[in-house]
Amino acid sequence: MLIVLLLCTNAWAGGVLEQRVAAGKRLTLDRKMGNCLACHAIDNGPFSGNTAPPLFSMKSRFPDKKKLVAQISNPLANNRDTIMPPFGLHGILTEDQIHKIVEYLYTL
Amino acid sequence: MCLRIFSATFICCFLSCAVWADPASDQTAFKNYFYNKFPEIPVGDFINGVYAIDQKRRQQWLEIEEFPPYGIAIDEGEILFNETVFSDGSSYSDCFVDGKRSKKNYPYFDVNRNTVVTLELAINDCRVSHGEQPLKYKTGDIAKISAYLALHSRGEIIEVEVSGEAAINAYEQGKKYYYSKRGQLNFACVDCHVASSGMRIRAEILSPSLGHVSNFPVYRFKWGSIGTLHRRFSGCNSQVRAKPLAGQSEQYKNLEYFLSYMSNGLKFNGPSTRR
Repeated sequence: MLIVLLLCTNAWAGGVLEQRVAAGKRLTLDRKMGNCLACHAIDNGPFSGNTAPPLFSMKSRFPDKKKLVAQISNPLANNRDTIMPPFGLHGILTEDQIHKIVEYLYTL
Repeated sequence: MCLRIFSATFICCFLSCAVWADPASDQTAFKNYFYNKFPEIPVGDFINGVYAIDQKRRQQWLEIEEFPPYGIAIDEGEILFNETVFSDGSSYSDCFVDGKRSKKNYPYFDVNRNTVVTLELAINDCRVSHGEQPLKYKTGDIAKISAYLALHSRGEIIEVEVSGEAAINAYEQGKKYYYSKRGQLNFACVDCHVASSGMRIRAEILSPSLGHVSNFPVYRFKWGSIGTLHRRFSGCNSQVRAKPLAGQSEQYKNLEYFLSYMSNGLKFNGPSTRR
């Protein structure tokens, strides 16, 4: 009984994560939201810019998820001359939206 | 690559931090940055923006320029400039001593008025001083007159003078605007048009600021019409989600003054066509 319950919980959690990754992908690509392709190459996405580094192997480059969230939320904290918009600090994206984007970036 | 980023950062920092610098040394540093970044571009070709960088786009642009979409605007501008009779019986020629070759005289700093006078401001000043209503600043008739006058200053050298305390102050204000981050997306003009110039935002190449002012007014396919330099400034502001300013606001005039001074020595080549 307990095993069945655990399996169900895992499956449910997996489903939720999948949904968050899908939502994160939409937010990453949406021109009115993350619009990350404007500057970053991502997974062969069309018409990507090249003013910023390509996004790949994100899990190994940012093993601490919090650091990736912080980089998107306020990149100025790490580099005051960066041209990357402070997505959280300036309210371009909500904290939950940034977390969803990070879930998607972790799949790259 | 690292060295390039380092040198770009260094020069940006140098330009933005160099409050002790005078306009002449700012200009030298500004130009040298672009000369070093784009050694393959002949100096005089910076007036062509991204078409100096990308040969494929240049070819398309040259083909468009054979039958330029701003042609009608020039014809209409010619009629407006030469045939408009103000209610007091005077005309534009009473305000512009060089007539249709007047574009080359702008912008300049007017000490008596303590402000930068651009071509478009002078057009409206002329109208108002002769009892007419001013034109809208960013598009329409003013851009058409500007296009006609630009055509007849093609090949003239941009020679903006910045001397005297008040003029230097206006220049410094323009410079400050250029280097200040603004808008929800937090971009400064310098971010895209110096440090990232020649690189791509989506599929668009970011144009170098050197030569930016030479080709205005422009017909933009995005607009589907001709517009002034201040219309373009507004577009940049909107894109970074900052509030666009009014045409001929002090900030835009000072920005035009700063950018024009940075391009001194290059040739006017307006009107032109841009994507």
